[in-house]
Amino acid sequence: MNTTAWRYWLKALLLVSLVALGPCALGQDNAAEQDTSATLEEDAGRELLQALAEANFREKEAAIDAIAASGDTRARGWLESFAEGKLAQVKDSGDIVVILANRGRQWPVADALTMEEAGEVSRRELDRVAINNRLRGHLDSTLALLDLRVDDPAQRLIAAKALLGDVDTEVVESLSELAQNESDPEVAAALTQAIAIHRLEQGDSAAVADLAGSLNGQVRAALMQASRSEDAMVADAASAALADIEQSLKLNRAAETLYFGLSLGSVLVLAAIGLAITFGVMGVINMAHGELIMLGAYTTWAMQQLLPGQPGLALLLAIPAGFLVAALVGVAIERGVIQFLKGRPLETLLATFGVSLILQQLVRTLISPLNRTVVTPEWMSGSLIINDALSLTLNRLYVLGFAVLVFAALMLVMRRTRLGLEVRAVTQNRAMARSMGIRATRVDILTFALGSGVAGLAGVALSQLTNVGPNLGQNYIIDSFMVVVFGGVGNLWGTLVAGLSLGVINQVLEPWAGAVLAKILVLVFIILFIQKRPRGLFPQKGRAAEG
Amino acid sequence: MSFLHGLADRDRVFDFLVPQASPVDVRHGPILYLEDVSVSFDGFKAINDLNLTIDDGELRCIIGPNGAGKTTMMDIITGKTRPDTGSVWFGSRHNLLTKNEPEIARLGIGRKFQKPTVFEALSVFENLELAMATDKSLWPTLVARRNADLRNRIEEVMETVGLSALSRRQAGILSHGQKQWLEIGMLLMQRPRLLLVDEPVAGMTEQEMERTAELLKGLAGKHSVVVVEHDMGFVRSIARTVTVLHQGSVLAEGSMDKVASDPRVVEVYLGGDEEAA
Amino acid sequence: MMTSRHWLARPFSERSTLTFLAVLCGAMALVVLANLLPADHPLHVSTYTVTLLGKYLCYALLAVAVDLVWGYLGILSLGHGAFFALGGYAMGMYLMRQIGDRGVYGDPLLPDFMVFLDWDSLPWYWLGFDMPGVAFAMVLLAPGLLALVFGFLAFRSRVTGVYLSIITQALTFALMLAFFRNEMGFGGNNGLTDFKELLGFDLSADSTRLGLFIASGVALALGFLLCRAIVVSKLGRVCVAVRDAESRTRFLGYRVERYQLFVFVVSAMLAGVAGALYVPQVGIINPSEFSPLFSIEIVVWVALGGRATLYGAVIGALAVNYAKSVFTGIMPEAWLFALGALFVLVTVLLPQGIAGLLSRRRQHDDAPNNMAVKQEATP
Repeated sequence: MNTTAWRYWLKALLLVSLVALGPCALGQDNAAEQDTSATLEEDAGRELLQALAEANFREKEAAIDAIAASGDTRARGWLESFAEGKLAQVKDSGDIVVILANRGRQWPVADALTMEEAGEVSRRELDRVAINNRLRGHLDSTLALLDLRVDDPAQRLIAAKALLGDVDTEVVESLSELAQNESDPEVAAALTQAIAIHRLEQGDSAAVADLAGSLNGQVRAALMQASRSEDAMVADAASAALADIEQSLKLNRAAETLYFGLSLGSVLVLAAIGLAITFGVMGVINMAHGELIMLGAYTTWAMQQLLPGQPGLALLLAIPAGFLVAALVGVAIERGVIQFLKGRPLETLLATFGVSLILQQLVRTLISPLNRTVVTPEWMSGSLIINDALSLTLNRLYVLGFAVLVFAALMLVMRRTRLGLEVRAVTQNRAMARSMGIRATRVDILTFALGSGVAGLAGVALSQLTNVGPNLGQNYIIDSFMVVVFGGVGNLWGTLVAGLSLGVINQVLEPWAGAVLAKILVLVFIILFIQKRPRGLFPQKGRAAEG
Repeated sequence: MSFLHGLADRDRVFDFLVPQASPVDVRHGPILYLEDVSVSFDGFKAINDLNLTIDDGELRCIIGPNGAGKTTMMDIITGKTRPDTGSVWFGSRHNLLTKNEPEIARLGIGRKFQKPTVFEALSVFENLELAMATDKSLWPTLVARRNADLRNRIEEVMETVGLSALSRRQAGILSHGQKQWLEIGMLLMQRPRLLLVDEPVAGMTEQEMERTAELLKGLAGKHSVVVVEHDMGFVRSIARTVTVLHQGSVLAEGSMDKVASDPRVVEVYLGGDEEAA
Repeated sequence: MMTSRHWLARPFSERSTLTFLAVLCGAMALVVLANLLPADHPLHVSTYTVTLLGKYLCYALLAVAVDLVWGYLGILSLGHGAFFALGGYAMGMYLMRQIGDRGVYGDPLLPDFMVFLDWDSLPWYWLGFDMPGVAFAMVLLAPGLLALVFGFLAFRSRVTGVYLSIITQALTFALMLAFFRNEMGFGGNNGLTDFKELLGFDLSADSTRLGLFIASGVALALGFLLCRAIVVSKLGRVCVAVRDAESRTRFLGYRVERYQLFVFVVSAMLAGVAGALYVPQVGIINPSEFSPLFSIEIVVWVALGGRATLYGAVIGALAVNYAKSVFTGIMPEAWLFALGALFVLVTVLLPQGIAGLLSRRRQHDDAPNNMAVKQEATP
């Protein structure tokens, strides 16, 4: 397969995954609110409740079971209110009500059947439905079993997981029954585990088989407990299962490190890729690049100020806005400073550093020296749960995807557009390109606008991950340059690979070296690396590059 | 301190150590010998199985269209570019592929760049001073003094290249032709066994060209000279043997007349120019 | 005849150098005399001012060190603050050990911050710093060694130009992060401070402060002379050759990387000396001296004064730091604007710096205009 085709595949894959991820994240929130089962006739409900209220402690268990067995959607609410001691009977009418607040003499209540507010009733007029500890225990398991009978598998899964480590002898039988009839494999597995923990506690070493491989904390705790058991068989089996689980946890932790590494790497790529364009193509070193990133982040903040209450829309609009703001400032820098310093890279470096100081101070004076908060829209917060030990935070996932998109778009611009062609021509041989009629100055401006705009995009993305403050850009400029140097100047693929790998290296080193030392080690690594390959990972070869 | 003084005077005390003639063994054949040299940049073969032999004292012209690999060949000989395969020998003793640029320069290979490269901030005198064949390691350079020997040598070279009147002039403000001459002068100061001269007459007037031709012809014999040039008239005026490079390997070799009548050469120069650049 | 002298003596036959030395000595003599006047005399210069000037002189020496590598060798180091700070830390460690049991915790061996961190013994790299000889040697060796190792790696792989600048900046940034850590054993965030005495002299005494001022001036003069001796030697001309046409210099047979390394190390050591004299005068050394901003600020002093003149670096350092003192006193907000603008204006409008303005009469310095011809070699 040739490389172009391969790149298209990559892009397609990316798009598909982004589209797929969105609804997936949204789906989780909505799942819990489905409502399918039927409500009982009003009379039947009233009868059940009155039976509960009027029964003695021994009969109440049966009354609870009756309510649970009724299949009424309101049953759960009744039992919960009962467990909390909020269920009461009005002395005169015999109506069953839920106490909404119990301060003062007149208590506001709601009708238990309709859940409509029914005004205030004197404290003395109310007879609370009595409860004791034994009933509470029974209620807990009944509620759990009730939850296991709802139609929504996601809800059942939550209920099943809540039972882990919390199963008593009373419910085991009904649980086993439920587990056998469970249609959803995940819920069934969770139930089996919950039962297995109970069996393990009872000293059944065979139960370990059902727990093996689970990453759940409760399961691990139960196994840990069992591994200290006096029964050698149980202890051995549990230890063996624990060792397996530790192994798999390690794998998951590695995956998590990789994810964080890729996430950091994607940030580095975003920050560095604009630089790779300006530095690689024009040979211009723009020390104010970090401040262009900062401006992108502040644009996001400003958009959110303009559109209060719509952080998501503001963020989406900030993408073009951030690009524009940074691109315009970039062009101003190019026209105002850099064009006068052609062919004097060191002076360019100093002058643009001066610009960066001015931009930083400008933000400090005009906005604030303090950090601003940029809101993360709902669809970007939370995380994607892979399993019990591994969950991927959504904002980082989005930034990762965004980085890949930006990269793909830049690749397209460079490969498929007239501008890209001209830019590449100017990179290869400035004098020759000019003699072929390419207006190098125009290319310079456009290139600089493109590189700066991408810095703005990096800022928009960064605003979702870190604090937005005047020093935001400063923290990334050195890292960005390291990425460009490591990847090889003038090569976008190099920047991508270098950024991602530096991110991963950093995250791998961090746990045992600490954040600071990891940074230093990465720097030392780069210095040693350019001993071997002075022109980076993907050097430009040939006479033009020898300079 | 006396030790320091000893060091300080080293270039004078051990004058005989200064490489007047580099220890190049040419008893058994050519001074420069390239065999099966190939190098590629990003898949583009700049040099392709190049074989080239330069005899001691020879004046050789190398011609070829753009992109024929002339400059890359010079880069390989002077240690700037490492070939992918092949071997490069200076005399029968020195394997140039194991040496870096300063070592190769010290062996006695001088190079004039295509673009005249002189030290613009320094005077003509200082440019020549730096080129002088002497101990070029750190400490001797720090304590070096300008002795009569050095001055005489510089005077002599300035005379040769016609820059005597401009001794104190900054090299940056010389004319293009003068810079070319200064660079040739710097080559002479190095007392090389082998001179590699890349386009010496580019940008020169007719008169300057004639003088350059004379100078190069005068150098041959004492030195071996390899000239890369585009200007056919100039090549014809100096060359005894001409090598035509095309697509990184030798296309033809021989006297100017023989080469010029070779149909392949004619085709390369007249017909097949689309591979150029 | 200039070239017949010992290489170190050569600068004395230069008029510009003698003028510089005369101005420096004269100005210092005036300051010293004015300081010795009674406090109510109208011409009296307070010890505070003397110390401030002493600090400027250290900065000037630092600027000379930067000009040596940037002006003559073309290496724009954005990490010279690191060498300055290392020299400063070496001196600071000596001063810390001199405190002895007079610290807040009264530990005879451990500096206060180590007691605070519950350390029970001195780290090995603090050993010997109670001896001035060892400490002063480290003032040269610490920055020198760092420059040697770093320079060796960088120059060997021919990292030059902006690459080198960026890497030096990363170097000082990494060191800053490292020195911020308490575990490093250099006082972390707070650095080293609360110094009492230097070689037995009370650091708060006026006479000591005057002595430090004079020492800074002498160090500047000696450093200037050393740099001058280097740049007027043939080695200095090789440096300029490397700066303007590195690869040409190689083809002449010079091992460019050794020249770069030599000058870089010398420059780093000078920066270390400047740092060592700076610390007892300001009374503290902390990781902020490693900050990339400080290092790049040094460069702008040199740029303002004029590159490749050495005396320009001195002028630039004094001018910018005086302006900084004034600005931060009146309107601290504006200083960063002014500094930023200075970066831009100097590079765009005043590439030769103040020294360039001073020597405008040398007409043929406008060489760059004539260089346009040299393009278009291949037909």
